[in-house]
Amino acid sequence: MSNSRGGFPCPPVNAESVKSIIIVGVGGQGTLLASRIMGDALVQKGYDVKVSEVHGMSQRGGSVITYVRYGDEVNSPVIENGEADIILAFEELEAARYLPFLKPGGTVITSTQQIDPMPVITGAAEYPQEVILAIESLGITVRRLDALSLAKQAGSVRAVNVVLIGALAKDMDIEKEVWLSALEKCVPEKFLELNQKAFELGYNSY
Amino acid sequence: MKELLLGNEAVARGLYEVGVGVVSSYPGTPSTEITEAAAKYDEIYTEWAPNEKVAAEVAAGAAIGGARSFCGMKHVGLNVAADPIFTMSYIGVNAGMVIGVADDPGMHSSQNEQDSRNYAKAAKILMLEPSDSQECKDFTKLAYALSEEYDTPVFLRLTTRISHSRSLVEISERDSIELKPYDKNTAKNVMLPAFARPKHVAVEVRTKKLTEWAETCELNKIIDNNAKIGVITSGACYQYAREAIGDGANYLKLGAVYPLPVEKIKSFAAGLDKVYVIEELDDIIEAHCKAIGVNVVGKDLLPRVGEFSQRIIKQYITCDENAFFSLPAELPIRPPVMCSGCPHRGLFYTLNKAKVFVSGDIGCYTLGASAPLSAMDTCICMGASISALHGFNKARGEEASKRAVAVIGDSTFMHTGINSLVNVAYNQSNSVTIILDNSITGMTGQQQNPTTGFTLKGDPTTAVNLEALCKSIGISRVTVVDPYDVKAVQKVLAEELEAEEPSVIISRRPCALLKYVKHAEPLMVNENCIGCKICMGVGCPSLSFDAASKKAVIDANTCTGCNVCAGICPKNAIVKGVRS
Repeated sequence: MSNSRGGFPCPPVNAESVKSIIIVGVGGQGTLLASRIMGDALVQKGYDVKVSEVHGMSQRGGSVITYVRYGDEVNSPVIENGEADIILAFEELEAARYLPFLKPGGTVITSTQQIDPMPVITGAAEYPQEVILAIESLGITVRRLDALSLAKQAGSVRAVNVVLIGALAKDMDIEKEVWLSALEKCVPEKFLELNQKAFELGYNSY
Repeated sequence: MKELLLGNEAVARGLYEVGVGVVSSYPGTPSTEITEAAAKYDEIYTEWAPNEKVAAEVAAGAAIGGARSFCGMKHVGLNVAADPIFTMSYIGVNAGMVIGVADDPGMHSSQNEQDSRNYAKAAKILMLEPSDSQECKDFTKLAYALSEEYDTPVFLRLTTRISHSRSLVEISERDSIELKPYDKNTAKNVMLPAFARPKHVAVEVRTKKLTEWAETCELNKIIDNNAKIGVITSGACYQYAREAIGDGANYLKLGAVYPLPVEKIKSFAAGLDKVYVIEELDDIIEAHCKAIGVNVVGKDLLPRVGEFSQRIIKQYITCDENAFFSLPAELPIRPPVMCSGCPHRGLFYTLNKAKVFVSGDIGCYTLGASAPLSAMDTCICMGASISALHGFNKARGEEASKRAVAVIGDSTFMHTGINSLVNVAYNQSNSVTIILDNSITGMTGQQQNPTTGFTLKGDPTTAVNLEALCKSIGISRVTVVDPYDVKAVQKVLAEELEAEEPSVIISRRPCALLKYVKHAEPLMVNENCIGCKICMGVGCPSLSFDAASKKAVIDANTCTGCNVCAGICPKNAIVKGVRS
């Protein structure tokens, strides 16, 4: 490795102390709220945190990705191929699309929801079959949950994002109380109860 | 206390803390949230101006009037605002004035990838560039002190990744800043040639002084890791370089990107084996280094296009590559689309079927260029649709004008469309202008504008009457149509294309995402469906085709019941359903 680094002697300083999570989905699914809740929980735990969001055109039903990085000191706000410890996917095709971001040994948490992109709607392309099985066949740990049904159970299809945050919380080293306090700060009061229910359903989904 | 803030929110916090009194902006991704966040502070007067030129002039007047002022815009907005800004460079300020400009490397949400640093050089205006949210706040505050000390407006340059990334920011209280007295000073504030000539001399002197400041200021800092390789960089690129190279290099991190220091760069480079300049887009820093005789490596290796990241630096400089997984299958792309219930859909479906030339503009409706609507022939910049159509019609004559239209949103029409429509009326082309009035500035996330009747702060105000405005310009044919009614749109379009004079069609229906818009019951597909797929032509994300049953399917969770698909179904197979 040292010979191929263009004359640079040391590997990057903090690559191992920083954790990286990407949240992927379809614009409009509420990935921004998910990253906001996550950011708040991580700040409560005393980490240095950077969250990079997508605003603007892609939010109109396009493929969206949000980066969350935390650790002692975070430099870059973005995550690249082979760098994500966790992929939190709101949709199966998007889980597959961003798979190259996963670090070897990383985990994919995905909703089993499938949303046809426009080329599939117009008949120019087909929605790929069994993408999750294809990911698993690479030896990757995939946790899947039907977040849409769980959100409906909680009271609104819009709570998919909080169901998925609940599922992610189970996989992270942060107390449940911290997540719930972050949730309280990030959602409007009149929807708090619904979202708490959604969080629990996600948390207990596996 | 520390808060996790977007770069844009941190700029707004800086505006608050440094006692800014007046903010005027036009929304534009990625700059919009600066002004939205500033509007949450009651102490700051904030407004959406009709365009960036107006916003910059409002900020200029406020600064002359003695209040610290700000205007925010995206990179292309700076083209619109350039006229007052170039002369404000001569006039200088009374109270400080800062122009926030957010570039969009990678064109996440823009029509070009221009590098605003060129403007700093061209207008001879100091430009600061933060690399995280804390610096966004700190540099904003510092910009006002510098603006007043050196009698100059100051640019604060952001990029998408800085504007839209959250990082921790230490929060402070607001400084108590008094309104400065206004004293009439014609020689300073009136740029007649006789007054402007000495001011140009003063600007050159100021640039020299600012260059001296750049040599010693804390913003341009050296991080000495006792390495043999050096990196000169700024903004987001500093973070990417730290990520990719770590302590393997010495860094000269430039917080001020115009004017650039000379001696500081020379002394940084002295004794190093190799110095890289890592900058997105143009070679501004690199060209400066080469001009002062410092040998650096930059664009010979690194791209001039697109957004950087640690991967780009690893690929081109350290020659590292992370191991990663990939699936063998090719996946369908997911481009952005018009939302379910979008009022633009019925109109663009009609334009597609009519096979007319469509002169497009900037907004959500630019998505009408994509399949299956595919109804746009050109899109240049804000306001260009109407003037470009006029030019097209003048070039190609009467017959072509019966097969051509311009489409422009309500906010874009207010921005720079009005003067184009004046030209159509004044110079008489049989142009058909369609104003897509969805009662909001949609693409940037629902901002108010002069047609909506509400201010940025949400207070009721006077609303521009589009029909009366068009008529007063000299357009006598003005028709209003509901774009959910496809048949009515078809009829109006055919009539106006045939008209022997300029005309305006107002396609009026509020954006489906607006809170006050009540959606109808979702539609459903009944047994009459013959699987002809005609409805797929409207490009609605709530519609899909079920291969097993060979019938269209409507997602009741997202359908807003707009009826556009039902209106074109030849078998009347799309009917009212129930929300699950």
